[in-house]
Amino acid sequence: MSTPSADSYYGQPVLKEPTWHSPEVPGYLFLGGLAGASSLLAAFAHASGDDELARASKAGAAVAIGLSGAALVKDLGRPARFLNMLRVFKVTSPMSVGSWLIASYGPAAAAAAASAVTGRLPRAGAAATAAAAALGAGVATYTAALICDTAVPAWHDGHREMPYVFAGSAATAAGGLGMLAVGPVAAAPAVRFAVLGAATELTARSMLLRRLGEGAGPYQAGRAGRLMEAGEVLTAAGLSGAMLAARSRTAAALSGMALLAASACTRFGIFEAGRGSARDPAATIGPQRERRRLSEAAAR
Amino acid sequence: MAEAHPVGFQWVMEAKARGAKVIHVDPRYSRTSALADLHAPIRAGADIAFLGGLINYVLTHEKYFREYVVNYSNAPTILSEDYADTEDLDGVFSGLDKAHRMYHIDTWRYQGEGAEPAGGDRGAEPEWEARLQRTARGEVHGSGGPAVHREPDTDETLRHPRCVFQVLKRHFARYTPEMVAQVTGMPEDLFQKIAELITENSGREKTTAFVYSVGWTQHTVGVQYIRAAAILQTLLGNIGRPGGGLMALRGHASIQGSTDIPTLFDLLPGYLPMPFASTGEDLDSYVRADIVHKGFWANTREYTVSLLKAWWGDAATAGNDFCYDYLPRLTGSHSTYDTAVAQIEGECKGYILLGQNPAVGSANARMQRLGMANLDWLVVRDFVLIESATWWKDGPEIETGELRTEDIGTEVFFLPAAAHTEKDGSFTNTQRMLQWHHTAVEPAADARSDLWFTYHLGRKIREKLAGSADEMDRPILDLTWDYPTSGSLAEPDADAVLAEINGWDADGNPLSSYTQLAADGSTACGCWIYCGVRAGGENQAARRKPGGDQSWVAPEWGWAWPANRRILYNRASADPEGNPWSQRKALVWWDRDKGEWTGHDVPDFARNRPPDYRPPEGAAGVAALSGIDPFIMQADGKAWLFAPAGLVDGPLPTHYEPQESPVTNPLYGQQHNPVRQIITHRENPLQPSGGEPGASVYPYVVTTYRLTEHHTAGGMSRFLPYLAELQPELFCEVSPELAAERGLDHLGWATVVSARGAIEARVLVTKRIMPLRMDGRVLHQVGIPWHWGPNGYTTGDAANELAHLSLDPNVHIQEAKALACDIRPGRRPRGPALRAFVRDYQQRAGITERTGMEP
Amino acid sequence: MTATDVQITTRPDGMDTYPGQQPRMGFFTDTSVCIGCKACEVACKEWNGVPEDGLNLTGMSYDNTGSLNASTWRHVAFIEQIGRSSEPGESRWLMSSDVCKHCTEAACLDVCPTGALMRTEFGTVVVQDDICNGCGYCVTACPFGVIARRETDGGAHKCTLCYDRMGDGQTPACALACPTESIQYGPVDELRERAQRRVGELHDQGNDAARLYLDDPTDGIGGGGAFFLLLDEPEVYGLPPDPVVTTRDLPRMWRHVARAGAALAAGALAACLGWEGRNR
Repeated sequence: MSTPSADSYYGQPVLKEPTWHSPEVPGYLFLGGLAGASSLLAAFAHASGDDELARASKAGAAVAIGLSGAALVKDLGRPARFLNMLRVFKVTSPMSVGSWLIASYGPAAAAAAASAVTGRLPRAGAAATAAAAALGAGVATYTAALICDTAVPAWHDGHREMPYVFAGSAATAAGGLGMLAVGPVAAAPAVRFAVLGAATELTARSMLLRRLGEGAGPYQAGRAGRLMEAGEVLTAAGLSGAMLAARSRTAAALSGMALLAASACTRFGIFEAGRGSARDPAATIGPQRERRRLSEAAAR
Repeated sequence: MAEAHPVGFQWVMEAKARGAKVIHVDPRYSRTSALADLHAPIRAGADIAFLGGLINYVLTHEKYFREYVVNYSNAPTILSEDYADTEDLDGVFSGLDKAHRMYHIDTWRYQGEGAEPAGGDRGAEPEWEARLQRTARGEVHGSGGPAVHREPDTDETLRHPRCVFQVLKRHFARYTPEMVAQVTGMPEDLFQKIAELITENSGREKTTAFVYSVGWTQHTVGVQYIRAAAILQTLLGNIGRPGGGLMALRGHASIQGSTDIPTLFDLLPGYLPMPFASTGEDLDSYVRADIVHKGFWANTREYTVSLLKAWWGDAATAGNDFCYDYLPRLTGSHSTYDTAVAQIEGECKGYILLGQNPAVGSANARMQRLGMANLDWLVVRDFVLIESATWWKDGPEIETGELRTEDIGTEVFFLPAAAHTEKDGSFTNTQRMLQWHHTAVEPAADARSDLWFTYHLGRKIREKLAGSADEMDRPILDLTWDYPTSGSLAEPDADAVLAEINGWDADGNPLSSYTQLAADGSTACGCWIYCGVRAGGENQAARRKPGGDQSWVAPEWGWAWPANRRILYNRASADPEGNPWSQRKALVWWDRDKGEWTGHDVPDFARNRPPDYRPPEGAAGVAALSGIDPFIMQADGKAWLFAPAGLVDGPLPTHYEPQESPVTNPLYGQQHNPVRQIITHRENPLQPSGGEPGASVYPYVVTTYRLTEHHTAGGMSRFLPYLAELQPELFCEVSPELAAERGLDHLGWATVVSARGAIEARVLVTKRIMPLRMDGRVLHQVGIPWHWGPNGYTTGDAANELAHLSLDPNVHIQEAKALACDIRPGRRPRGPALRAFVRDYQQRAGITERTGMEP
Repeated sequence: MTATDVQITTRPDGMDTYPGQQPRMGFFTDTSVCIGCKACEVACKEWNGVPEDGLNLTGMSYDNTGSLNASTWRHVAFIEQIGRSSEPGESRWLMSSDVCKHCTEAACLDVCPTGALMRTEFGTVVVQDDICNGCGYCVTACPFGVIARRETDGGAHKCTLCYDRMGDGQTPACALACPTESIQYGPVDELRERAQRRVGELHDQGNDAARLYLDDPTDGIGGGGAFFLLLDEPEVYGLPPDPVVTTRDLPRMWRHVARAGAALAAGALAACLGWEGRNR
């Protein structure tokens, strides 16, 4: 029928769906979080003398950020111009801030990993480790601002909680990597880190969904819903496994993998939820209509 | 208008911004309706009933502008007592000769007129008269009106039972608002509202304008539609006045020009008739056949001789009738549809198409293609490979297997054509205004202008014939064919051609007015109505003085014929004393001190003739026009409410059903226009109508129309990506009710079928097409844009596959606007199954070669 | 004159200005006189060399263009509101030419990491094609769904308000082509005055549904350089009812990011504190 609903224009989206591709960009959210949190864990592990964990975390961070860089460049419409990211530095653009963060963090993480793996230049390696840790805190959390500083309702409206969701998820992933990579004694901090991360993430996530109210729909429906659910289940599984980690290397490894997968599922789920909310005109129009109604009522 | 003339529509919006009310009457709610103050739906083909209803309303409620009507129209004129109206004869007029499908019009004459047929000396035999009529003499006389030999008897009180006014009243008495609703499906309250709006807005202080296009003309009674509107506007006093009138929106930018400097078989430039074999033996008899004794057609000889001098220059002398013999003679109708028949029958061997696409653009497109398949040679000039250039390899008949490329003997030549931006020339628009356009860029590669093609073709033919002793070659060899050319392409100078059209005197000085034309061969003029376009040696059509820098009439933008008059018959904007009807609507008026007509526009009247001038007994020609005869091209100087001559199908408009209609005429026993022209041919089968058996096989009214995004048959729009993407597929528009009735889905496919063919289209279900409640039933209409064809960036079937060739008898225009079809879901059959499908419908409807043919 | 000598002030419409600057230019699109002819769509593509972007019968009334995107910079929307009869009170067919709003607070410009999106001297927002690397961030940030990435060349594209024509003192192609002056081009404050008068006129005529959209400098985007007169709610036309530029919430976002980063670091520290392995 030609007569559209007055709630939208023929059910057409109001916004443009993000051009970012999956798996590149949600993969980057996961890998970037893993890298940054791993660098933090690596630094404090290094400082505590847990060299095994430190080395594994540094190597993991370097590999993760390397893959991230490749994924990000690939996702550009004009990949050959990736260096244009460093033309300017804009605080209003989380992507600009992030580009500079990655540009400085990447080499630091690589240097820290190289030193740890080869055993050479330990002092330079320590400095790189510290630098990677400081920058890594930014790398792991700025991506929340990246996706929230958009018009996408499922992301933007969750901007207060999202950084904590991302931080928690990053810690979960870094902890999981540690549990997977090293023995139970060395992995103990990783377990603790993972538990802290999972708790933070789950709490922040439920606060986010509660705040969104009806806008939480995209997180619960379809593919996004399944991914978010998987993330939750895997986190719980990973956590329970972590309780046994002290005793069994296998349990630790499996838990580690579950936690890594959980972090990935969460990021992919959040990504899909955003896409879905951009696609659905009601997600944009509903809350804005409500806001308009309230301000008109207040004016009267 | 917003659909087909969006740029022109800005002036409607401008008027609306100044408080004008816009009324839109159309079968569909279009983009025009969206901006109108009122839209009224109407059944396609029923407008005469609507207009007749308005006429009846005006007469019944005495809303006519009496002083205007009494003085400026033939309302007071008394008719012969032999006249019988449709009221007397159940839908036909006196003088109907059914056997010859024509009217003998002598009973329509004014009282006291002689028994000779109007139009002077012409053979009285019905066969010749019938053939004469088929060459659309009416078309000529519509702009002049034939002989009326003496001052007619009148009753200025308008009470005489046989005066035009009373005859008019009686004729339209049955067109009541209820009848209008019954016939047209237009709700009574809407009709009432329209009647009130237009009558309130007419008179001394205000005027109402009617704007129409081919929704009115493409009917078997098309000319009568216009007549009905002209009668209404005359009664309301809206003709010849600013903001009034009847404006035709043309099909493309220069259709007016294409009848002025005609591409029509039956006209010479300036609406002089093409001579007919029996009546045009020599110049004297030619002139006598058409001269009228009053009005400016009295100067037919001057116009004709000047034309002949323009064409044959020094070879044209008084001694040889100015080469009058060189003009071809008509022996019948050579209209495009008759030509297609002649091609099918093997009589016409060659064809040149200049920017014309009959393979999809002409009604009954299939007949056009079958005709072209039987030619010896075909030349197509266009920008792109239109369907008329490629039908022989990929047309519908190749797909159905009826024709095979290897069997088609036609030799087809395609010559690329330059666009209007690549050449000099003029457009003449609906307001008779010529606007020059200049070459902006040279045509690429082999593309050439039509002027280049015509000129060089003529030059080459003359070279081949040079030195010939054959008399038959003299008309070509004696032509003045010496236009200057320039540039690497040897492009002829269009301005030089314009100068020849404008004309010059014996000393070669450009003329400035057709009143300077002489019958002694001292003047040459290629088109008398264009005389003045190059006055003073300056191309007046190229003038571009901004509107803000001149009066509201803007006479210095372009040039309008005749004599740059912007509103014809503008004498009627002043009262019988010569004063404007109101200051607000002042246009021209009589300046007593200067002893001349003056005003904002060029007066369309003898400049020094005072309002109180009355012609002496026996005056003839222009001198026979009185000071209160504003309609200077009419035989009696009056607006004809009743047309005693000039039209072949009736002195008054009458509602007849379209050739194919699901409705039985509610007004009269006479279903159709009894003298409509039908192209009788096996490839033009017609459907039963009304209550006839088999009519219900095609139960829905189909009307064709345009979309803003495309242009005519699509040759200029379907091939352009930017336009193609705006309307990318052929669709049909149906109401939700019809969609439910026939199982049609929005964006699904539908097949529309008539006796001629079947097409497929995507379906748009929309409430903008409204079912009509009329005569105790619901009538559904289907709308189909006619822009598509199988070639181009966007392709689709041509709506003209459905149309038939039953034509308006005055001007041979096809009835493409009101068809009857069936519509069903799904795509159409392909290959031979397509013709079988169409035939199956024909059989179910019981169609024979006699169907639909009765007068 | 050095940079420090130039006095930069912020105007009431939110734009920064310096002495001698061009007035801010924009569009006022009065949809009440739009006839749906799409001359704007075609003129824009012709002038800017924007490619044809798809032959697709949408079934959305006469709108086969669908929406603004990288290869459609003017988009005419059609909304049929046909009632029981075609009388004016009962039926309407809304037609409206949509375009980039050239927001005072432009999210696309704010988030562009390469600086490809910039503000011109006319106050308009323009993509520099030779810098854009197609990251797509602007696409996510625009609250109106205007700017998009063109798959054939990977870059982001949108209406330039015919920057090249404006520079020569000429009118943008769409405004010039529009036969009914539905699209009006000029200095933004002049257009706003004109728009106020026009909407007042419509209200006087009894058309209460007429309203201006994005004309108000205090709204969520600081007002649009291109704003509209609509005859129904914005969402009927596919426009967001109450758009707010995402950048307004960015300070808060950065604060939370900082806190989350600090918490992450604290968590890592806490995780490693008192690691017993050292003592083995």
